[in-house]
Amino acid sequence: MEWLANLGKSTLDRFAAVGRASYVLAGSLIAVPQLKNVPLTIKQMYVVGVQSLSIIMVSGLFIGMVMALQGYTILVDYGAEGSLGPMVALSILRELGPVVTALLFAGRAGSALTAEIGLMKATEQLSSLEMMAIDPLRRIVAPRLWAGLLSMPMLTVIFSAVGILGGHLVGVEWLGVDAGSYWSIMQSTVEWNADVMNGVIKSIVFAFVVTWIAIFKGYDSVPTSEGISAATTQTVVYSSLAVLGLDFVLTAIMFGIE
Amino acid sequence: MPNETNIEYHVSITTGNSEFLVKNLIEIESLSFKRGERVIYDNISLQIPAGKTTAVMGPSGIGKTTLLKLIGGQLRPDAGDIKFKQESIPSMSRSRLFKVRRQMSMLFQSGALFTEMSVFDNIAYPLREHTQLSEALIETVVLMKLQAVGLRGASKLMPSELSGGMARRAALARAIALDPELIMYDEPFAGQDPISMGVLVKLIKELNNALNLTSVVVTHDVTEVMSIADYVYILADKRIIGAGTPEQIRQSDSDLVQQFLQGKADGPVPFHYPANTLEQEFMGAN
Amino acid sequence: MTSRKSEILVGLFVALTIAATLMLAMNVASKGSVGQGETYNLYAKFDNIGGLKVRSSVKVGGVTIGRVESIHLDPEDFTPVVTLSIVKQYNAFPETSSVSILTSGLLGEQYVGLQPGFSIDDIENLAEGDYIADTKSALVLEDLIGQFLFSRDND
Repeated sequence: MEWLANLGKSTLDRFAAVGRASYVLAGSLIAVPQLKNVPLTIKQMYVVGVQSLSIIMVSGLFIGMVMALQGYTILVDYGAEGSLGPMVALSILRELGPVVTALLFAGRAGSALTAEIGLMKATEQLSSLEMMAIDPLRRIVAPRLWAGLLSMPMLTVIFSAVGILGGHLVGVEWLGVDAGSYWSIMQSTVEWNADVMNGVIKSIVFAFVVTWIAIFKGYDSVPTSEGISAATTQTVVYSSLAVLGLDFVLTAIMFGIE
Repeated sequence: MPNETNIEYHVSITTGNSEFLVKNLIEIESLSFKRGERVIYDNISLQIPAGKTTAVMGPSGIGKTTLLKLIGGQLRPDAGDIKFKQESIPSMSRSRLFKVRRQMSMLFQSGALFTEMSVFDNIAYPLREHTQLSEALIETVVLMKLQAVGLRGASKLMPSELSGGMARRAALARAIALDPELIMYDEPFAGQDPISMGVLVKLIKELNNALNLTSVVVTHDVTEVMSIADYVYILADKRIIGAGTPEQIRQSDSDLVQQFLQGKADGPVPFHYPANTLEQEFMGAN
Repeated sequence: MTSRKSEILVGLFVALTIAATLMLAMNVASKGSVGQGETYNLYAKFDNIGGLKVRSSVKVGGVTIGRVESIHLDPEDFTPVVTLSIVKQYNAFPETSSVSILTSGLLGEQYVGLQPGFSIDDIENLAEGDYIADTKSALVLEDLIGQFLFSRDND
C-alpha cells in the first residue's frame, strides 16, 4: 500500500509543479508590451547570448571539422567525397546545430539563469520586489525568458554557419576535396525551407523549453545553498532530456515518412 | 476585542490599568496560519497603532518574519483577518494589493539590495518604477535619503562593497524612498556589531519621529528594542504571551516573559530538546 | 557605461546572426529558391514510379524547375499519379512535352526529367491542373535483368 500512496503523492506533486510552472510562464509572458522591459531584455541578451557566443562558436567549429574528417574517411571509399558538403551541412543544419546549441545553452546559460534567480530568491530580492509593489515575474523573470527565446535561435544559426565553415576548413583546405563541389553540391542539396528553417524551428522550440525550465527551476527553488545547487543540476538534466526527446518528436514530424 | 469600528479606525486598547485611544494602522484579528502540518499561529490578535513603534519579540524560529509576510500580503492566513487601514489584506485583489503595498515597505534581514546595481540605483529603483519624476529630481531625492542614513558618500559603491551594517542602512534608505506610512523591520539588529546596532537603533527612532512613520520591529534583541518601542508583543508557542509598554513587560509576572527578557537558559522554554530520560538512553529502554 | 557596452555587444551579436543567416542563404541553401514563390501544379501518371519521393526535383536539361509535390494512387485504374509543382516562371511548356523518371548517376536519387515537346500553332501550353500524357516509368533493375535473361534464352 505504501508504494501506491507514494506513487499517488509523486504524481500529484508533478501536477502541482506543472501548474506552478505554467503560472510562472503566464505571469512573465503577459509582460510583453512593457516598454520598460526592452533595455532589461537587451541586458539579459548580453548575459545569456553574447556570453555564450564563444563556447558556441568554438564548439560549432570543432563539430564541423570532426564531421568533415569522419565523413571524408567513409565517403572516400565510395569515391563520393564530393558529397562531403551536403553531408556536413545537412547533419549540422538539421540535427547537430539545434541540439548541440541547446545542450550547450542549457549548461552555460540555463544553469546560470537558475542559479541567479534562485539566489535572488534566497537573498530575499524577489520578496523585496514584491513588497515594493513590483511583480518579480515581470521585472526579473520576463526579460530573461525573452532573452533566452531570442538568443538561442540566433546562436543556432551562428553555430551552423561556423560548423559548415569548419567542415570547409578540414574537407577542402586540409583533405583536398574540391572547393567547387563542396559548395555547389551542398547548394543543390540543401533547401532553405526544409533544412535551414526546420532547424531554426527546432531551435525555437528548444529555446522555449530550456529557458522555461531554467527560470522555473530558479523561481521554484528551495532558497538554501543545497536547494539552489539541486535546482541548477535539475535544470541541466531536465532540459537536456527534454531537448533530446523533443528532437526525436520534431524530427519525426518534419522529416518523417509522409 | 472592542468593536466600535464605525469611527475611522479608532479602537481602544486596554493596557493594564490605563486606557488610551489610538489610531490603529493594522489590526490582526484571530489569525491562524499553518505551514504544511506545522501550526505557526493559533488564533492571535494584535494591533499596530499608527505613528508608533511596535516591537514583536520572541524566540528564533517561531515565524516572526512570517507575520510580516502576512501583513505584506505575501502569504495568506488560514483563518482570521488582517486589516490595513480597515481594509482586509487577504481579500484584496492583486492589483489593489500592489497599490496598498506602495504605502508600506519592508527592511529585510539580509537587506535584499539588488546585487547587480549600485547603491544609488538601488534607492532610485522604486522611484523610477512608481513615479514619473525627472532624473534630476530622482537624484536629489536619492541623495537626501542617503544623507538621512549617512551613506551619501557611498552612493557609487556596489552592494558587495558594503559592510553588513552599511548594506542594511542602504536598504533602509531604499525602504523610505517612496515615503511609506509603514515600515516593517525584519530582525534589523541580527548579526550587527555594537556600533552598527547603535546606528540602526538611532535611525529607526529618528525616522519614526521625523517622518511620522508607523514601525513594526520584529526582533529577538531585547535591550535594543525595549529602548525604542512604544508597545511590545511577545510571541511564543503559536500565541501572544505578553503585551504592553516596555515598562509593563518588564514587570510582567509571566515566567515565560521573564525567561525571554533575561535570557535564562532553562525555564518554561526547556534547555533540552524533548528526549527520553537519560536513564532510558544509556541503560537501555526499560 | 556598462549598459552601453552590453548594448554594443548585443548589437554585434545581432549583426553576426544576420551574417550567418546570409551565409546560409547565399552559400549553403539552394539558390533559385525553388519551393518558394509562386508555383503551378501539373499531373503525370506513371506505370511505376520506382524510388521517386516527395520533394524529388523536376529538371529540364539538368536545371531544376520544380519539385514533386505529392504522390498518390489513382483509386480507379491503380496507377500512381505524381503531382509536380513547377515554378510560375517556367509556364510555357507545350502539351506535347514528356516526363520520365530518371536516376542521377548509378546510385543517385531519382528525379523527374521533363522533355519539352515541339510546339506547333494549334498546340497549347501546359497549364495548372493539366495531365502530361506522355510519360516514361522508372527503370526497375529487377525488370531489366529479367528482360535480359529472357532475351538470352530466346537466342
